[in-house]
Amino acid sequence: MAEVSSWTMADMADLAPRDVFGKALIELARKNERIVALSADLMLSTKLKDFAAELPGRFFETGLTEQATVGVCAGMATCGLIPFFATFAAFAVMRVCEQVRTDITYPKLNVKIVGTHAGLSMGPGGTTHHATEDIAIMRSMANMTVLVPSDSIQTVKVLQCAAEYEGPCYIRLIRGLESPIMIYESVKKCPFEIGKAATIKQGNDVTIIAAGSPVVQESFVAANELEKEGIHARVIDMASVKPIDREAVIKAAEETGAIITVEDHSIIGGLGGAVAEVVVEEKPVPMKLVGIPDVYSTLGPPAELWARYGLNSESLVRTIKEFVGKIK
Amino acid sequence: MSEENRKKLVHELEKKAIKLRIMTLEMMRDSEASGHYGGSMSVMDILTTLYFGGIMRVSPVNPKWEERDRFILSKGHACAALCPVLAEKGFFSPDILPTFNKLDSPFGMHPDMNKILGCDMSTGSLGHGTPIAAGMAMAGKYLKKDYRVYVVLSDGEVAEGSTWEAIEIISHFKLDNLCATIDRNKYSLDGPTEGPGILGERGIEGTMTLEPIGKKLEIFGWHVIECDGHNFDQLLDAYEEAARVKGKPTMVIAHTVKGKEISFIEDKYEWHYGQFNSEQYRMALEELNNKLKQLEQKSV
Repeated sequence: MAEVSSWTMADMADLAPRDVFGKALIELARKNERIVALSADLMLSTKLKDFAAELPGRFFETGLTEQATVGVCAGMATCGLIPFFATFAAFAVMRVCEQVRTDITYPKLNVKIVGTHAGLSMGPGGTTHHATEDIAIMRSMANMTVLVPSDSIQTVKVLQCAAEYEGPCYIRLIRGLESPIMIYESVKKCPFEIGKAATIKQGNDVTIIAAGSPVVQESFVAANELEKEGIHARVIDMASVKPIDREAVIKAAEETGAIITVEDHSIIGGLGGAVAEVVVEEKPVPMKLVGIPDVYSTLGPPAELWARYGLNSESLVRTIKEFVGKIK
Repeated sequence: MSEENRKKLVHELEKKAIKLRIMTLEMMRDSEASGHYGGSMSVMDILTTLYFGGIMRVSPVNPKWEERDRFILSKGHACAALCPVLAEKGFFSPDILPTFNKLDSPFGMHPDMNKILGCDMSTGSLGHGTPIAAGMAMAGKYLKKDYRVYVVLSDGEVAEGSTWEAIEIISHFKLDNLCATIDRNKYSLDGPTEGPGILGERGIEGTMTLEPIGKKLEIFGWHVIECDGHNFDQLLDAYEEAARVKGKPTMVIAHTVKGKEISFIEDKYEWHYGQFNSEQYRMALEELNNKLKQLEQKSV
């Protein structure tokens, strides 16, 4: 039997290579004393532990009281603070759904909800810990901004923009250990802004629109593979799912004539739905929505789950070839 | 405050609370609104004490004044009581009250902080106010401000899980700048909170047992004051005592009567929500005006 290393939750929190969220938030908080952070007994998992250690007095551990914690954030925001509340996406959206809607988006309060471990990234955690409905739920709330960064650098940029933006934000992060591919070179060169998409690969045969990790990376790899077969796919990183960059979607529809959306989320109401809403109104073209079908996801290692649901680059190459073949 | 001045204040509050009840009824009558008569009448003396008894520090000319005490009507369905209170306090003209419940009115069944001047939080969904109050109190400590946070709950919403989460949070963070009040009128929508339910033997035993609510809260680390929620002397004492308590939050359990001061709806769960006809408005207003007259004639 192979030697298995011994580790605890605390070690994992320290060893995680992409604990950018916790670090970036410390930087932002040092520049703005109104930023505070809250954890409902998940600071080790959400990487807020460093924040708590670095900025005592500005971190509030509220225990397993997610619903009340959202209310606490709302109350803090009415008094001028900018609370960042991080917990697993499944709880940050569904357990507290009405509190987010009634206490934060309805009065339009400056609260940032950070849903970590989104999509299937909790792998063996299974359905209770997968979040494949969060984008659909959050983007249906008026006044809510929904941001889905794809790599560490964009995560930093998204956090900066969210902190500067006055209003409710949902920031969707995955577990943070999965894709080693960096799309953006540096925070300075990362073109992210709220409401704007980034075209990370040019092409005029078909457009792939993706949001979040690892689907943006997988889409990028798939598009480069397709180049070898003479299919020139455009790849758009739609990290700002709401407000969506309508112009980028319309341009893609006009210039490439076909759009495929890729997301680690249900195909109902997520990025695919958001893109389709623009396409049907502005420039109807054939679309293909790739994501989790209308089922509860099974459990397993994340990479195998993404492969199961067609979200890895190999599956995407096949799906895109088939889609393009059918319509062109 | 001298004993004499205190007596004068109590007398002023007694008159004010009747006047405010008249304003609520006239507002609802003139806007032809249906509404929450029972809970609006039971909470009125609590609101009157907080806003006119020298308890809360607010600034009608500067509603968003950062140093103001915060108020959350967690039982948002008593908005029909809150609106006249804020108008009488001077946040806006009472002339606009008759738009209540009408299309695009700032006032309706539940308060909206972005439409009603002087309203610190939008409420209406029960169990939300106490967590929000906790956040305001935590922000006050963080920002080193000395404002106090007041939240008024219905007794029914004490059952909400989020209320208990907040009760724990408030105690855990020792938020002595927070004072909550339960408007303990003993009824929620489906009938009495405890004891035989409205269907008698065929039915349920109350909607949800609160008692012994005082003991429960004490075990959760709160300072608890029980008082008659229609006795201004006791209400003033309760809030003054709460402000002196250090290291823990205070819950005022104000024992009230649902529908207070309108005899034909007092203690009648049916009048949690409804609509008076013109005869009922006439009767209720006559009763309140007579009471006001008696109070005005009373020498202190």
